Amino acid sequence: MEKRVRFKSRWLPWLLIAPQLSIVLVFFFWPAGQALYQSVLQEDAFGASREFVGLENFSRLWNDSGYLDSFKTTAVFSLLVAVTGLSVSLLLAVMADRVGRGAGLYKTLLIWPYAVAPVVAGVLWLFMFASPMGVVGYALRAMGIEWNHLLNPNHAMALIVMAAVWKQISYNFLFFLAGLQSIPKSLIEAAAIDGASPWRRFWTIVFPLLSPTTFFLLVINIVYAFFDTFAIVDATTHGGPGKDTAILVYKVYYDGFKALDMGSSAAQSVVLMVIVVSLTVLQFKFVEKKVQY
Amino acid sequence: MIERRPGLQILRHVILLIGVAIVAFPLYLTLVGSTQTAQQINQSVPMSMVPGSHFWETYRLTLFGGTNSQGSPLPAMWPMMQVSLISALGIAIGKIAISLLSAFAIVYFRFPLRNMVFWMIFVTLMLPVEVRISPTYEVVAGLGLLNSFAGLTVPLIASATATFLFRQFFLTIPDELVEAARMDGAGPMRFFKDVLLPLSATNIAALFVIQFIYGWNQYLWPLLVTTNEDMYPVVLGIKRLISGESWTEWNVVMAAAILAMLPPALVVVLMQKWFVKGLVDTEK
Repeated sequence: MEKRVRFKSRWLPWLLIAPQLSIVLVFFFWPAGQALYQSVLQEDAFGASREFVGLENFSRLWNDSGYLDSFKTTAVFSLLVAVTGLSVSLLLAVMADRVGRGAGLYKTLLIWPYAVAPVVAGVLWLFMFASPMGVVGYALRAMGIEWNHLLNPNHAMALIVMAAVWKQISYNFLFFLAGLQSIPKSLIEAAAIDGASPWRRFWTIVFPLLSPTTFFLLVINIVYAFFDTFAIVDATTHGGPGKDTAILVYKVYYDGFKALDMGSSAAQSVVLMVIVVSLTVLQFKFVEKKVQY
Repeated sequence: MIERRPGLQILRHVILLIGVAIVAFPLYLTLVGSTQTAQQINQSVPMSMVPGSHFWETYRLTLFGGTNSQGSPLPAMWPMMQVSLISALGIAIGKIAISLLSAFAIVYFRFPLRNMVFWMIFVTLMLPVEVRISPTYEVVAGLGLLNSFAGLTVPLIASATATFLFRQFFLTIPDELVEAARMDGAGPMRFFKDVLLPLSATNIAALFVIQFIYGWNQYLWPLLVTTNEDMYPVVLGIKRLISGESWTEWNVVMAAAILAMLPPALVVVLMQKWFVKGLVDTEK
């Protein structure tokens, strides 16, 4: 789409665009280029020498069982976050869509966790499960579950999944609610007249019509679990026990800033960039194809 | 309402109430924790779920610092909240300002390389700062911006969400307005100030809410570029409080958590309409 009427000036547009363009060049293209460049270099920890090693950093990653494990951890984590988060929010949104009076109040009470910083979400959930005073951990022990997220990798994973889902419910809820409200009431009324039960109406009419929203949220949640949950991991488990909750972003940070292996960290950054770009492209393709119904 | 089923209606309320309770429970526990003493929390198994009587004490200690129950120093959160506020405002206002200008240039002018410039900005949508932390850190360190507000904010301003949004919005503004402005002898900047800005007010408000929360909650980036406690935002301060080896002053941690979530949560609840609009617009 283009404007028919424009202003004419040789220098003004450049002046207007200069602030953003310079920031993008300095803080985006330069670092991205650096990441690509560093990913083919081998540098010692003190930065004294560097040599060109080609794709060795990548092949080292490929053969590094720790990195592949981190990939698996991230996949499990983001899948759990996306599936749990979407199911809970969809349930709540379907209920809120038809509840009538009080819907606004429920909405307000459900959306505020969006404002909570991931690190705060992590601390809040840690507090509920911390030993010995955490009330939820205590309740679980009373029921015979020996809760210990410091030693048990499954418990550690469950803890970060819960904190991550809790923070993301509000976002999913709002989008599901908007999606539900855009479904024509006449379709549901017609099905009701034909005698379809609410359960059946949901699965044969509402859920299929909601699929663009669901798909969009699925991608958003995976991206969220990949990148925005660093603070949750850093606040609760530090990637432990061992490396069992070290998701990819945590590993980039750890290898680059704690273990000072810049070459490997840069190669990991490049892999992450490829993942984000492909997720974004996938999303654009699907959204364009499927959003019209 | 399609049919009346009282049973179903009750079920809806029950499920929603359970949802609200699960969402609110961590908050309640945090509030309770911040009103007890560290000993009360650490020495009871489990901690009491009834609010204690040490509200003012804990919050004074958290805001202004002091010594904890073990005699070690505690950092003050008040200066950190100021750092958070300044950088959140800087990120939100900076992003909106540069995006308005560049969207205006892209939509209302024709100049060489216009499409390339647009794509250069647009491609930044795809890569969040988390993905390119170490190289961006090196650039910022090389420019001598560590431990400064510029280092905390400017690299996070480099994103195209807002530019893209304003571009889409400007494209929907009728051309007649430009023609009328030109006939009245208004130059481009006059048109920008007197026509585009007022028309964009709701978009600006919506974006502001989202970007303020984004800026306030930044964690990984400040963790890298600040080493000086004077420049810690409050979310980093919380991390500092729980990384003590042996003893965690939980009441102070909980009070700090409340203080850290209060400003953005208030923004969401009080500006709910714009918040929802901003959320939907930025993700389109």
